[in-house]
Amino acid sequence: MQRFVYINDESCRDSYRDNRVSNTKYTLWNFLPKNLLEQFRRFMNQYFLLIACLQLWPTITPVSPATTWGPLAIIFIVSASKEAWDDYNRYLSDKKVNERRIWVVKDGIRRQIKARGIHVGNIVWLHENDEIPCDLVLIGTSDPQGICYVETAALDGETDLKTRIIPSICADLSSEQLGKIKGVVECPNPDNDIRRFDANMRLFPPIIDNEKCPLTINNTLLQSCYLRYTEWACGVAIYTGNETKSGMSRGTAEPKLTAADSMIDKLTVAIFIFQIAVVLLLGLAGNIWKDSHGCKLWYLMYPAERPWYDFLVIPLRFELLCSIMIPISIKVTLDLAKGVYAKFIDCDDQMFDPETNTPAHSANTAISEDLGQVEYILSDKTGTLTENRMIFRRCYISGVLYGDKTGDALKDARLLNAVSSKDPDVVKFLMVMALCNTVVPIKSNDGTISYKAQSQDEEALVNAASNLNMLLTSKDSSGIAEICFNGSKFYYEVLDVLEFTSDRKRMSIVVKEVKSGKFLLLTKGADEAIFPRSCPGEQTKTYLEAVEMYSHLGLRTLCLGCRDLEEDEYKEWSKKFQDASCSLDNREHKIAEVCNSLEQGIHILGITAIEDRLQDGVPETIKLLRKAGINVWMLTGDKQTTAIQIGLLCNLITPESKGQLLSINGKTEDDILQSLERALTIMKTALERKDLAFVLDGWALEIILKRSLESFTKLAMMSRTAICCRMTPLQKAQLVGILKSSGSLTLAIGDGGNDVRMIQEANVGVGISGREGLQAARAADYSIGKFKFLRRLILVHGRYSYNRTAFISQYSFYKSLLICFIQILFSFSSGLSGTSIFNSISLMAYNVFYTSLPVMTIIFDKDISEATVLRYPQILLYSQAGRLLNRSTFAEWFGRSLYHAFVVFLITINAYADEKSDMEELSMVALSGCIWLQAFVVTLDTNSFTCPQITLIWGNFVAFYMINLILSAVPTLQMHTVMWHLCNQPSYWITMALIVAAGMGPVLALRYLRNVYRPSAIDVLQQIEQTDGHAQAPGNLESSTGTYLDYLLTDLRRNKSSIHQPLLSDSASSR
Amino acid sequence: GDPGLPSSAMYPLEMEGNSNPKTTNKPKYSKFTQQELPACKPLLTPEIVIAAFALIGALFVPIGLASLHASRQVVELVHRYDASCVPVDDKVGFIQNSRTDKTCTVTMTVPKYMKSPIHVYYLIDGFYQNHRRYVRSRSDKQLRYKSAAHLTSDCVPEGDTADHAPIVPCGLVAWSLFNDTYTVRVNGVVTQVNKKDIAWKSDKNNKFGKNIYPSNFQKGRLIGGATLNESIPLSEQEDLIVWMRTAALPTFRKLYGRIEKDINANDNVTVVIQNNYNTYSFGGSKALVLSTASWIGGKNNFIGIAYLTIGGLCLSLAMGFLVLYMVKRRNFGDPSNLSWNR
Repeated sequence: MQRFVYINDESCRDSYRDNRVSNTKYTLWNFLPKNLLEQFRRFMNQYFLLIACLQLWPTITPVSPATTWGPLAIIFIVSASKEAWDDYNRYLSDKKVNERRIWVVKDGIRRQIKARGIHVGNIVWLHENDEIPCDLVLIGTSDPQGICYVETAALDGETDLKTRIIPSICADLSSEQLGKIKGVVECPNPDNDIRRFDANMRLFPPIIDNEKCPLTINNTLLQSCYLRYTEWACGVAIYTGNETKSGMSRGTAEPKLTAADSMIDKLTVAIFIFQIAVVLLLGLAGNIWKDSHGCKLWYLMYPAERPWYDFLVIPLRFELLCSIMIPISIKVTLDLAKGVYAKFIDCDDQMFDPETNTPAHSANTAISEDLGQVEYILSDKTGTLTENRMIFRRCYISGVLYGDKTGDALKDARLLNAVSSKDPDVVKFLMVMALCNTVVPIKSNDGTISYKAQSQDEEALVNAASNLNMLLTSKDSSGIAEICFNGSKFYYEVLDVLEFTSDRKRMSIVVKEVKSGKFLLLTKGADEAIFPRSCPGEQTKTYLEAVEMYSHLGLRTLCLGCRDLEEDEYKEWSKKFQDASCSLDNREHKIAEVCNSLEQGIHILGITAIEDRLQDGVPETIKLLRKAGINVWMLTGDKQTTAIQIGLLCNLITPESKGQLLSINGKTEDDILQSLERALTIMKTALERKDLAFVLDGWALEIILKRSLESFTKLAMMSRTAICCRMTPLQKAQLVGILKSSGSLTLAIGDGGNDVRMIQEANVGVGISGREGLQAARAADYSIGKFKFLRRLILVHGRYSYNRTAFISQYSFYKSLLICFIQILFSFSSGLSGTSIFNSISLMAYNVFYTSLPVMTIIFDKDISEATVLRYPQILLYSQAGRLLNRSTFAEWFGRSLYHAFVVFLITINAYADEKSDMEELSMVALSGCIWLQAFVVTLDTNSFTCPQITLIWGNFVAFYMINLILSAVPTLQMHTVMWHLCNQPSYWITMALIVAAGMGPVLALRYLRNVYRPSAIDVLQQIEQTDGHAQAPGNLESSTGTYLDYLLTDLRRNKSSIHQPLLSDSASSR
Repeated sequence: GDPGLPSSAMYPLEMEGNSNPKTTNKPKYSKFTQQELPACKPLLTPEIVIAAFALIGALFVPIGLASLHASRQVVELVHRYDASCVPVDDKVGFIQNSRTDKTCTVTMTVPKYMKSPIHVYYLIDGFYQNHRRYVRSRSDKQLRYKSAAHLTSDCVPEGDTADHAPIVPCGLVAWSLFNDTYTVRVNGVVTQVNKKDIAWKSDKNNKFGKNIYPSNFQKGRLIGGATLNESIPLSEQEDLIVWMRTAALPTFRKLYGRIEKDINANDNVTVVIQNNYNTYSFGGSKALVLSTASWIGGKNNFIGIAYLTIGGLCLSLAMGFLVLYMVKRRNFGDPSNLSWNR
């Protein structure tokens, strides 16, 4: 499908939408229905709505409908207002954008209108530092050569300036003509590809140049970019409003579900099934009791004639009575807790990077638990493990290794001498360094020159060249580049740029030396991309050795070369290149082919070696994470030797004696598959102590994915470390996908645009707000300033979040089950008729108030201190393997609630028997029994008590009495004066103490026995923390503890796939 | 998943705090946000746990003894009369026949000195006052407000009379009001059973109106239980008020009245019962209870026994843990001696 844009033609303005930008999800009118619909898509909400509706039928409802409608309404209002607030903020920012004043040519006159009034085909005028309001095709700039600069950071995250150029047919238009031109732009329908724009433009008379002119992305100004260093620019609106490239690339991200969440969902379903079973059983029993016994009770006056639905009444009553088994508050409580975890991450001042002034940020507030369950970390190399601060360190020119003594070629006297003596090889080498790039030199007012480059490597090379007196002073739009070498100026006309792509792995430019008129092809690229294209007879061996050597030092190498071109040859090629550039389909491929035809017979000039230093703290962090049982993989676009070198430097892989690196490669597809099988066999038979890792490159991966995915998955599951080099962004995402599909929880971390896909694919995406822009950080769930903060993010925040969520969710079920079991027990003494022992107010307050506040205190809880976690990172295994939230732990809570229900009920009915068995009193005794138990359960399960915790747990307890004493004063309530009566009875307090002792005694005893005689590693660490505090012969303790813990944790790890890990074994099927 | 990214994407310069070196984005330090609040971390050390159990045991045993003692101080006479008061086999027919003389006399001997006040209860077993159909068949508003006499929708099937006049008090609870009466003689002397103040004061004052009189009560085809004197307001109908405070369990006692005279040991108590109430059709039982009270309430050994059991268990647990602690000594916090194999 094509779009035809008629420039400056008001008659076609209605065929496309105007430039009103809208990011809002709702309008004022559809908010309520749409939001409600969305909320009711969740199973839990549907369930509660059904329950609430059933409660409207007075025959079956055990309590007033308000017990469900109230909390339901609160939950809905909370989520709806959050949505509404977010949407309102989006609306405000949209409004700000839409109401900006923009200069537009309308009806031949230039005037200022609101940005939303721009239509497709309008000519828009922009001034320096303006934000571009819609997608434009550039037709004129203030620059005589038709160049302008844009900052695209908002679009792709790259902070460097990009050059945009006007199409050739607009080159000679005056600014008066610009306002009047007519023409047509033929372009594809809106899409979200911000790197491609394959279109044509034709201008109509009076500017008679009926030639079709090709347009590329370089001729466009895209919405949300900024115009820089250009006085003005004007363009034709092509895509407007939400149809722009930036508008189309905003997707609504699918909400991620954490492993803990899916476990909770599974438990909910299990409880739901249990509830249905209970309801059916009790309903059946109730009907039988009614028919056999109930009918004889004259005081019940059962009518002889009963309606047809009579058999349904009792089961439905029990359904309503048992509906509290699934805690209505769990979602709100968990959302609230997750919000707090995210805030803790945002506020952590130990994760603040003062160098870049960036604090950690969690964009996704819902998945902190997953951080604590990470099994695989897939990390980018450049900019993530390394600083991405490229420094030119060494070079190899015509047989001389410069910089091998000092480690810095710029200080190597031999090179400096060669430069001053104008050694022709060195001069040519430097010229390629200075010219073969897309760097933009910007001269500031005081005459100094700074370089704006899209690639850090290019910037490093140009800077190094300028330090060696080869100064790139200017580049103008007509393509003339000025170079200053040792004070004398040289001019080159840049004719074509054969761009870098990740497939080509090289870039070239064609220049014409202005003085001599000679044509030159200057090339730089990866060694394996250049060497095969060198001229025959070239001694590539020595260069290869140099490349090897530099890679071993962990340096990034580039091979520089050049070739003299004949004019005829160039002219012929240039035509083909033009055609390829104009083609509308498959343009990239065609261009690559044409480029390849020119890049042959290259004369190799030398090798540059650029250092990319490891980030601070990376080796320690990786060591710690690996010790914590996380498998760390490195996925990089860099070459194998460099990647391995970096891997060694940052503790990712162990040197030969202890570790072994299995390389999966080969010349043919079969070779590769064979080496994969070999690696798999070695991996299976290897000793546990040996640290195995595999290495493969993009090509091998491509073949493996095509032909042997299964064995690769096996290998991936066994391998703790892997280095994958020469990966494309897609392949990185595919690797994440493979690990994810085999049930592992993955975390992807990266800093650049090429990591975005992997970050979005992974369970948890972490972006480093680094030098390659913010693109990765924006796409990620968490953004941090440095790789080293990952250790805190996972071990501290992730682990605590998981522990806390595990407690909150299971406790929520516990307290709901407790009250529900009491109801069930009571129904056996009320003729299975479905009477609620508790009144409506108590039930509602129990769920919403009495029990949800104390449980929230757990968000401050720390089982072991941060320092201990970082000292014994193996402890992460507990959260990683889902030890604290799985079927067996849930069964424990289930059993506890059943036991506590029996304790509360039996003690209550026996202590309040005979003349005391008043319904209201008994109900209040049972309720207070529950509240007492709650307070003690939370206290027993809290590991560390801080002020807010103590206040909330016991304050809530006091509040319970206050509220009920106050409610007892209201004469219209059934519970009028009940609490006063009770509080005056010594037997009430004695009963409470009995309930607590009988309820908590066994729990405490079991907990104690387990802590002391069969402690988990967490218990041991808690004990160590305490004894360390008392300073008992620390040295001695240290060593013995260390070995014991090693033993303990390796033992655990060996059992990892066994029955102790329900979460892990399940997660495969859940995803 | 916050789809609101674009708003920030629109203004990238506002986001870049590093463009202005003076402002720092460093989070403000507070012990709260850094999760560094001072915390107390009690551990379940053997010392603490053993001490705790010992303490609980030491507290519970005396409380248990005191409760048991109090309960034993209470003198309680229970006399079941439902079977003995019906001389014929067809018990249901007998009780439902309004013409038969249902007077019945029982005699009890007081084993111990009973100090006044002596509570007179009726005990019913197998009566589901907590049945859902029963417990909700009442109108609290009607009992409280004169203007709410017509609010009988909850009272089905005892809401209105056949000609749609509201029954006051309506509902099954009121309709099934207990109607046995007792006349007590101690050693042949008629002793007053005081029926004043047997109901909760708050019920009399707030839940049952002073200006509401029974009407249309027990006028239907089926007579449930007792009738009410239509000239006495509901707030003074204490039997009704007691009855309408429904019991939570199918076995319950309700206060009938108090004897405000001490009864000596070996005194003969003769009670003349008007045996009107039908517990026969559903196999329930009735009993007359005379009981004194202590600080713990009526006679209830449960609390005392439960306390003694729990206290004993706690003491033995403490002992057991202590022995275990001595025998299988664990160096706390030094786990190298532990075996981990399960």
